[in-house]
Amino acid sequence: MTHIKTIETKNLCDSAKNGGCGECQTSCQSACKTSCGIANQQCESKKADK
Amino acid sequence: MIHQYKLGGYNIVLDVPSGSLHVVDEVAYDIIGLFEKESKENILSAMKEKYADREDITPSDVEECYAQVESLRDMGKLFVPDNFESMAGKLKEKTSGVVKALCLHIAHTCNLNCSYCFASQGKYHGERAVMSYEVGKRALDFLIENSGTRRNLEVDFFGGEPLLNFEVVKELVKYARSIEGAAGKNFRFTLTTNGMLIDDDVIDFSNREMSNVVLSLDGRKEIHDRFRVDYAGRGSFDTIVPKFQKLVEARGGKNYYMRGTFTHANPDFLEDIKVMLDLGFKELSMEPVVAAPGDPAELTEADIKVVMEQYEKLAELMLKKHKEGDPFTFYHYMIDLKGGPCIYKRISGCGSGTEYMAVTPWGDLYPCHQFVGDEKYKLGNIYDGVTNKEAQAEFASCNVYKKKECRDCWARLYCSGGCAANAYHATGSITGIYEKGCELFKKRMECALMLAIAKELGE
Repeated sequence: MTHIKTIETKNLCDSAKNGGCGECQTSCQSACKTSCGIANQQCESKKADK
Repeated sequence: MIHQYKLGGYNIVLDVPSGSLHVVDEVAYDIIGLFEKESKENILSAMKEKYADREDITPSDVEECYAQVESLRDMGKLFVPDNFESMAGKLKEKTSGVVKALCLHIAHTCNLNCSYCFASQGKYHGERAVMSYEVGKRALDFLIENSGTRRNLEVDFFGGEPLLNFEVVKELVKYARSIEGAAGKNFRFTLTTNGMLIDDDVIDFSNREMSNVVLSLDGRKEIHDRFRVDYAGRGSFDTIVPKFQKLVEARGGKNYYMRGTFTHANPDFLEDIKVMLDLGFKELSMEPVVAAPGDPAELTEADIKVVMEQYEKLAELMLKKHKEGDPFTFYHYMIDLKGGPCIYKRISGCGSGTEYMAVTPWGDLYPCHQFVGDEKYKLGNIYDGVTNKEAQAEFASCNVYKKKECRDCWARLYCSGGCAANAYHATGSITGIYEKGCELFKKRMECALMLAIAKELGE
């Protein structure tokens, strides 16, 4: 019996190996002018890979 | 660190450092809650006792479940330690001196007189002014000169109301397009407007040149017109809605956001979201007002409770619409579990004052639009660059691990430490936290994760 379903997510620990290119959007430059957040941002290098 | 909560019929467990997300049954939920506090023996015995009356949960089920939790821990998907602190300043250190985004205050004046405006009706507590072409052109040159190897450069035309200076906006975009190729850059423009001056020319131009347009609408007519009035006190709803509808229809799928603010007058903001949907808008954002204590627009403790419920109901509505094949987007619920920013970005804090700055109509630089007018934080100007190194260093040193409250918060890798301006206005320090904002943010993230799970599981 499976008690746990694991959802596929980006492994944040692994992202330490190749991350940090700095091309991604600044935190508060879009719709969000009063609440900084990064959860809804995209990884620019991933976009370029597509 | 883990965060576990129940929402939308799911038992959800987030392993914060690894970003792993699990949907678990009730036994696993209980075991995970005790796993780091109690011995294996104690946990197994407590579970067997708790579920003794349940025929569907046998003692061997409990043991099997414990083994699955152990297995996930061994795979680095549960109870992962946070070893990121030493990396916290790396991204800003690596990109020190690089600027990649500017908020151009193209007009410090406005044709609306909204009392809740953080920018004091566009004047930013100063004189009315518009940016000249020469100042704007120099700002774009400054951005290119200081952008290092960054290719994508973001420029937001902001105000006040930028369309009061639309000819300069058009000329600046023309100039930027004429130099970006040779400079190896790609400008991404955004326009934030109240809509009063939108016409066919603005629509054609925006849809051709703007990567994103942010359109201010608070939802229900009576809510919108309560604050968003002209200088004669007349509401703007009837004027702007047809213009927004025309612009969005002509936009042909390019990014836009209907952005509203909710206040003490409408903590039940889901009603405003529904009005936006009825008007045909699908890309929505609504944010809580950030008001000074005592301001009549400020959200009270009772309002916050309503807002929390509204966030859950909003998630339910989104799921319902998604299943019906009529989805809509809520900006703060967008989350890409398989993609999203890397850990460096997540811990390095807001880019204000370092990679992102605001430019006043006369060319002064501030850490972001919310600091404009605060002399203490004037960083320099577009001619001499950043001269207030002390203020800039304060922003550069700001990251998730600089805030003691963030160290213990499960949402730290989703907010990156929050908004420096909100922290400053709430506590007097950019390394403080805006508690009310944190509570709302955490609720939004819980809803966003639940929605992502529901979509992933196809339920």
